[in-house]
Amino acid sequence: MQGLASYVLRRLLLVPLVLFVVSVVTFALGRYAPSDYVEIQAGPRARPETIERIREERGLNDPIYEQYARYVSNFVQGDFGESVRYRGVDVEDVILPRLWVTLQYNAVVLVLTFAIGIPVGTWAALRRGTWMDPFSIGTLVLFASVPVLVSVPLLQWLFAVKLGWLPTGGWHERNILGVEIGILSKQAILPIGALTLVGVAGIARYMRSQVLDVLDQDYVRTARAKGLNEAPVVIRHVVRNALLPIATLVAFDLAGLFTGALILETLLGIPGIGLYAFESISSRDYDSIMAIVLLGALVFQLAMLAVDIAYGFIDPRIRLSAEARR
Amino acid sequence: MNQAELSVGTRETDQFRPARSLRFLRRLLRRPVAVAAIVVIITIYGAGVLAPFIAPFDFDKTDLRNTFAGPSGEHWLGTDRLGRDVLSRLIWSAQTTVIISALVVVGGSLILGVSLGLTSGYLGGSVDNVIMRLADALYSVPTFLLILIINATMGDRVDSLFRDLEDLTGIGGLERSGAPNFFLLSVALSIFGWVGMARLVRSQVLSLREANFVLAARAMGGSTPRILFRHLFPQLTNLMVVAITLSLGAVALAEVSLTFLGLGVEDHASFGIMIAQYAGPTSVRAHPLLIFAPTVIVALLMLSFNLLGDALTDILSPRRR
Repeated sequence: MQGLASYVLRRLLLVPLVLFVVSVVTFALGRYAPSDYVEIQAGPRARPETIERIREERGLNDPIYEQYARYVSNFVQGDFGESVRYRGVDVEDVILPRLWVTLQYNAVVLVLTFAIGIPVGTWAALRRGTWMDPFSIGTLVLFASVPVLVSVPLLQWLFAVKLGWLPTGGWHERNILGVEIGILSKQAILPIGALTLVGVAGIARYMRSQVLDVLDQDYVRTARAKGLNEAPVVIRHVVRNALLPIATLVAFDLAGLFTGALILETLLGIPGIGLYAFESISSRDYDSIMAIVLLGALVFQLAMLAVDIAYGFIDPRIRLSAEARR
Repeated sequence: MNQAELSVGTRETDQFRPARSLRFLRRLLRRPVAVAAIVVIITIYGAGVLAPFIAPFDFDKTDLRNTFAGPSGEHWLGTDRLGRDVLSRLIWSAQTTVIISALVVVGGSLILGVSLGLTSGYLGGSVDNVIMRLADALYSVPTFLLILIINATMGDRVDSLFRDLEDLTGIGGLERSGAPNFFLLSVALSIFGWVGMARLVRSQVLSLREANFVLAARAMGGSTPRILFRHLFPQLTNLMVVAITLSLGAVALAEVSLTFLGLGVEDHASFGIMIAQYAGPTSVRAHPLLIFAPTVIVALLMLSFNLLGDALTDILSPRRR
């Protein structure tokens, strides 16, 4: 455990370091980009003096390290700058409702993914060698490999256009007990379905190979040899042990959240953080981009940290080999 | 995941010889699924390579009297809203994917990945430490977001760089041909794409470093670069082919996704552009074929890469069936 504690500490120290580097890089890219957001904001007919005045007011003529220091100190205090696309609105006031939308449907997806994926994967593993085996593997690989960018237009065509069951996109929120909830409306079914499909297939595939590994273990043979029925063997001995590494996949899902949201929300017009990122990039809204990238990096960092720590706790073999490598 | 399994599985097969690589290929070709996947990949990429010869039309050849035409003898998959031939656009899109993949494989995996991996593994010590910490850092940032912002901010700058280059060298049409897009996209992907290869090469070099043939080469007075590239590098080619194959799917998807978001290739055909243009609910309703064409090809490509990847990892680490 001592090794693990110092490892966690070292990893924790890495988080601010990586965030610092990411923020410096993003900030520099934004500030040195040729198409200046002041020019865009002021419009094409603005006089040069006006632009110069705005620059001066915003401190854009100061040395870059001063601008950066100011940005960071504001950011830490919860001031993410001002949105260009939604003029006059603070970035933090745009970002938080957007983040809420994305988190809502992703939380549902996460629950569904694991609730469906784990039994499906276990089932597929137990059927190994039967006629269903190639069929189940094939289906899982198919759904796991089709990216959201491809599956969403196809699902849109099938369920919204051909069958007319679902709306083609958008987002509809209802006020329930003072909280805006969007996942209870019909609009949420398509995005949740599309993400769940990929997620379930991925988890089930992984679960299948995990279960197959565990089935070969001596303790499973022992459990069977002592006359246990199949159900307790599978549930208590096989699934529980196979589940351990699966737990870390939650964190991987979290890490991929922003990227997935970007494509999905752009395709379906869902006003979440992904669509906000897309809008900000198209309108060169650097303060918004910065905030999104930093938030994304933070979430990613914490998720990866969780993965690393979880691996260490769950499987001592990995910890030992990691120490041996060092 | 794949990366880890790969290096675990290959530890026993630490020395590849020509006979071994042939046997490996034979084992791969005995699997019908893998063969089908290879056929699909070669067909799509081959069409891309041969695009100038086999595409019936140019990708931007418009025909405004014949827009949104259905499939016909002349236009097998119909035409889009500007009367451009859909089949031709698919073929030219495959070319974009091929070019980006080739640039990223050469730049990211081969040049950056292999040389950093070789140096890191062979020299060890602080050099190794610096390179591997850099790799860790790159692994722990949201790559896609950073590539996105690099492309968004550097696009205009790279354009003007290419204009200067045109003026300097007198080569015309560089910027118009879309070269700046390709350059920026592949550089951005390469910056983040070398880590897997570098780690793989490093781990192999670590196990080979103490081998007798390296000792012999050093005793003969071979210099470090010579040992690295003449003696160690050839041992790794087989594994590198596998690793590159496994990474190609991700590169292709990154190209399509970035282009879809408007931050990839602009002045050329791309699956991403085709999807972006016809993904809206109204066009999905009115012209389903226009969205089916690119999505089905991309889906096929991704599926094939995954199936091939499964087959390769299966052969390399037979423990996991």
